[in-house]
Amino acid sequence: MKMIIPELSLVTLIGASGSGKSTFARTHFLPTEIISSDVCRGLVSDDETNQAATQDAFDLLHYIGGKRLNRGQLTVIDATNTQPADRKHLIQLAREHHCLPIAIVLNLPEDVCLDRNKARADRQFGEHVVKRHVQNVRRSLKGLQKEGFRQVYILNSLAQIAAVEIERQPLWNNKKHEHGPFDIIGDVHGCCDELETLLTTLGYQLKEQTYVHPAGRKAVFLGDLVDRGDRILDTLNLVQNMVTAESALCVPGNHDYKLLRQLKGQKVTINHGLDKTLAELEALDETERQSLQSFLTGLVSHYILDDGRLVVAHAGLKQAYQGRGSGKVRDFALYGETTGEIDEFGLPVRHNWASEYRGDAMVVYGHTPVPEPVWLNGTIDIDTGCVFGGKLTALRYPERELVSVPAQKVYCEPVKPLVSAPSLTLQQQDDDVLDISDVTGKRRISTKLQPNITIRAENAVAALEVMSRFAADPKWLIYLPPTMSPVETSQASGYLEHPAEAFAYYRKQGISQVICEEKHMGSRAVVIVCKSPEAAQRRFGITDGRFGICYTRTGRPFFDNLQLEVEFLDRIRATLTEFWDELNTDWVCLDCELMPWSVKAQQLLRQQYAPVGRAGQVGLDAAVALLEQAKLRGVDVPLTHYQDRSQLVQKYTDAYRRYCWQVASISDLKLAPFHILATEGAVHTDKSHPWHLAQIAKFAKFAPDLILTTAHHLVDPSNPESVATGIDWWLSLTAKGSEGMVVKPLEFIPAHRSTQPAVKCRGQEYLRIIYGAEYTLTENLDRLRQRGLSGKRSLALREFALGIESLDRFVAQEPLRRVHECTFGVLALESEPIDPRL
Amino acid sequence: MLLTISTTHSPATDLGYLLGKHPDRFQTFELSFGRSQVFYPEATTDCCTAALLLEVDPVKLVRGQGTSLSQYVNDRPYVASSFLSVAIAKVFRSALSGQCKDQPKLATLTMPLCAKLAVLPCRGGVDFLERLFEPLGYTVTATPHVLDEHFPEWGDSAYFSVELEAITTVQALLSHLYVLIPVLDEDKHYWVGEDEVEKLLRHGEGWLNDHPEKAQITQRYLKRQKSLSQSALAQLGGEETAELAAAELAIEKPISLNQVRHETIVATLKKYQAKRSIDLGCGEGKLVALLAKDNFFEQIGGMDVSYRSIEYARARLDRIFLSAAQQQRIQLFQGSLTYRDRRLADYDAATLVEVIEHLDESRLAALARVVFEFARPKLVLITTPNSEYNIKFENLPTGKFRHHDHRFEWTRLEFQTWAADICQRFNYTVSFTDIGSVDPDVGAPTQMAIFEESNK
Repeated sequence: MKMIIPELSLVTLIGASGSGKSTFARTHFLPTEIISSDVCRGLVSDDETNQAATQDAFDLLHYIGGKRLNRGQLTVIDATNTQPADRKHLIQLAREHHCLPIAIVLNLPEDVCLDRNKARADRQFGEHVVKRHVQNVRRSLKGLQKEGFRQVYILNSLAQIAAVEIERQPLWNNKKHEHGPFDIIGDVHGCCDELETLLTTLGYQLKEQTYVHPAGRKAVFLGDLVDRGDRILDTLNLVQNMVTAESALCVPGNHDYKLLRQLKGQKVTINHGLDKTLAELEALDETERQSLQSFLTGLVSHYILDDGRLVVAHAGLKQAYQGRGSGKVRDFALYGETTGEIDEFGLPVRHNWASEYRGDAMVVYGHTPVPEPVWLNGTIDIDTGCVFGGKLTALRYPERELVSVPAQKVYCEPVKPLVSAPSLTLQQQDDDVLDISDVTGKRRISTKLQPNITIRAENAVAALEVMSRFAADPKWLIYLPPTMSPVETSQASGYLEHPAEAFAYYRKQGISQVICEEKHMGSRAVVIVCKSPEAAQRRFGITDGRFGICYTRTGRPFFDNLQLEVEFLDRIRATLTEFWDELNTDWVCLDCELMPWSVKAQQLLRQQYAPVGRAGQVGLDAAVALLEQAKLRGVDVPLTHYQDRSQLVQKYTDAYRRYCWQVASISDLKLAPFHILATEGAVHTDKSHPWHLAQIAKFAKFAPDLILTTAHHLVDPSNPESVATGIDWWLSLTAKGSEGMVVKPLEFIPAHRSTQPAVKCRGQEYLRIIYGAEYTLTENLDRLRQRGLSGKRSLALREFALGIESLDRFVAQEPLRRVHECTFGVLALESEPIDPRL
Repeated sequence: MLLTISTTHSPATDLGYLLGKHPDRFQTFELSFGRSQVFYPEATTDCCTAALLLEVDPVKLVRGQGTSLSQYVNDRPYVASSFLSVAIAKVFRSALSGQCKDQPKLATLTMPLCAKLAVLPCRGGVDFLERLFEPLGYTVTATPHVLDEHFPEWGDSAYFSVELEAITTVQALLSHLYVLIPVLDEDKHYWVGEDEVEKLLRHGEGWLNDHPEKAQITQRYLKRQKSLSQSALAQLGGEETAELAAAELAIEKPISLNQVRHETIVATLKKYQAKRSIDLGCGEGKLVALLAKDNFFEQIGGMDVSYRSIEYARARLDRIFLSAAQQQRIQLFQGSLTYRDRRLADYDAATLVEVIEHLDESRLAALARVVFEFARPKLVLITTPNSEYNIKFENLPTGKFRHHDHRFEWTRLEFQTWAADICQRFNYTVSFTDIGSVDPDVGAPTQMAIFEESNK
């Protein structure tokens, strides 16, 4: 006997003890697909025959079964299952996971079972047990279908059992092998004129009465072909022809399904435009009616397409239902979910499943007319109410482009008017408040540059506090800058960091050209400027009238003073007049350094840097004076050592002072942008660093007192002469008191995933405020050279990947939680313990 | 770091015998944290000065894995601190214990002595410095130092160059320095345990017991570890002093505003029959503990954004004696008021006690939706400072907030306007209550809004 079972089903074996269930299961299924009650007894009690452990064993069996079905794995239950009560639980389990319960009964004569049990040393229960089993199985045979098993196979002899062949069949809805490209078309409702225009617009050509796309594209109809419109039969024929010719797929809508029930002779209420359909259908003869009925019968409620990346269903489908088959799944696909409430127009209030949707697959659906299709958490409703005088819309997949044809007229007055789009998109409204379950706990973030970045729960804990207490509105936080590793430790006398190491590193990485950029000594700042408050609302969902923000590397607003921030942003905006058109955008996100350092580091300076300098100076000067006195007395004292130390402390004070100045007004601030991170539709990580600097120079010239350009120098790391110029460049920069430089491959994203996108090489003097005033003393320097960079470098790569990922997601208009996941991740990673001096 | 001791005793060079260090030599002593060096800038019969110059190894200072830059760039190598006390005990061991090997009679001799500390951190200011040394007979001269003369607006540093003059014994001077330097610095570079009590008693013998700042000295020396200072005080002056210190603490804390707030909250929750209540921003769980002890409440939640606070709250609940059944009513978890959270949905009431002012005003919109739209309890109690009352706080400069983390403080009108808007948007009704003593002009220090879900 050949059994054809769905690839996702719960196979329940039924048979007396000794009927050969375990052998049968082993013959036809993977060992991991089989859950045996005996094994479960053993797992909980060390004894497979321990009847006292039955309850616990079955709890375990149901638990494992549930986990497997939840993951979409076929599961076989190897237990006697002779009583209806036992089977009821299993049917329930299958239903909970929306897969089909299947019964395979091993209905063997009593003596066969008894003989077998006698041969088994561990099954010495009385004959009456087996007899009862066999009786129960016999009694059950008739009712199995009714109990809820969708397929029942009864095997009455050893010969029948031996002849079994099992074939697994993909579910009807599984069309993962279809990769498109697709043109998904919303509710047509008999608007065939518009449909024909739309198909033509999409490039379909009429060949032998069927629309076919020359490039092999496929149309996907989202159902509700019938009712309300003027050319219902034409629509049905057109779609049926395309489906037959395999130039289209079609899922049914609730209207189509209702028509089918009517055709089958079931009693339905004739309303919502069904009358128009029935009127047109009168022209059909019996054969044509049969053909139509079989077409409608054959429609599958939803499809999984393109390796699971695309799901289509008339009313949408939540993640748990995708690729499953049950009445509930079909009902959801046809009608969606309602809350049970009725709105002011007498229509059922729909439960907003899309708002909770967190699946990876794109879900395209119709059913509810909307004025404009809008994305929400990777789902989109493209029913734009053509029959109500709206338009007929198609979504091109994978392009994600929308193509619409306006309705020629109002075919049917809508009960509820199609309201024009509110000021915020559906996604923006949904994103107004993020959900805590999207950020807490251990998480894995998959990014373009690093496939799997793990955020540990304890780091998320730290990030949650920082994000909640200090950060700006998450809608603005589309990027947090990554940490940057220093160069490998230099062995050159007097140096902890030296540019030779940076060039050597990139030479080893096979980078042919690097750019050295002066490192501005201020505070890292991310600046977002929009052309107008309207642009900020459109793109960022910001409704308080602000048109930009400047925030720190931890997402904290840079300015406490709103007035000052507005003034600052306004001055930057004034320089961007030409920029907007050139980059075809109305907003920009810039990666910058904001000077002076003392604006943000005031507390650090007053509580740490200045006191150390003062204490050192007073203490060492006093020591030097006394040592001089003692020397005059002829005592042999280490005077020069203390004179040197005193000088080092003076240098330390000079070092931090360079980065401080008083800020009385906005004119004392300097902004040095060095990356144009993103604008509308583009993350500029595909452009080289010289492009970024050139673009910035173009607008910096309009406010030279505010916007600083970044000095830079190109070096070929494999050319010794070129390297020498790079070293000289750094030496002259740092001699003038610069913090140092950043060395990066010319390309924003290095070709190899493991190459650092940038390394910093800090000046000798600057490092005093990091490693302490006297770090350059030989005895100190020798020990400080023992520093490990691998932790920092790994962190830098992960944060870099997350930063770019968050921009990519934002620019691709993904839901805010997907962007926030990345910025939150950067913040979480920053709480990892890493030597803060690196 | 540098300490000099001078005398004009005749012959002044006796100082060499007293300290057991030859005036014509530069001597070095290795210590675990660096080295100390002794030399004499002057050594005549009229005047003799010994210098103890300490070189602390800055690289060795860092223990384990430092996670903050302050562990690497700090004042420790340059200022008088517990390092200096350790060096005194090591290098001048016999002088500190009142012995003088070569001329035993010198040890008990009082003489004019002057100690100079080049850089002494005085947490508590010059005033505290004087209160420490003047009762011991010293004339105190302290020279302050600005933080950075390039930035006068940053003000003075906490450091002083200090001169202490007295006619006393070398042993007394060294003992005073040994104990009082770390007291002024308020820090110790090593773990403070039981043996620290013994050191304090030994070096404080003969002077600490009668010192008017005894309690302060003890507390600071023992790094404010309550049990240690109680034990030290008890040994110093018997039970009486220990109780005295405890009583002082009690006077400092009259019935606090916080307590009044909590009592008002509990009474209000009961009045509205809110048996399931969650404290949002519960901090270290004072209110949660109060509710936990009261069996009126059937389900008690506590949420705070700080994980540490939640841990403290757990510890607090462990300390109060609760039955297993009482324990089961409590859920404590980390969460945030700016993220939607399904865990908040199961309560009759939510309380936000002095919480909203810790959020930037721009984030209040998210808080409002999280509390009033998504969690939507029947009752919400919110307290916040009444900024009009701030003029009544003498120590609060005009325009300053009561707490450095407050992002705003509202007048009664501002709070009421915000609350009215909430009611309109989320369909609640609100009434207001004063908490604390009411002033006819400026109202009470704390204002509370009682929001009830409206059925309209």
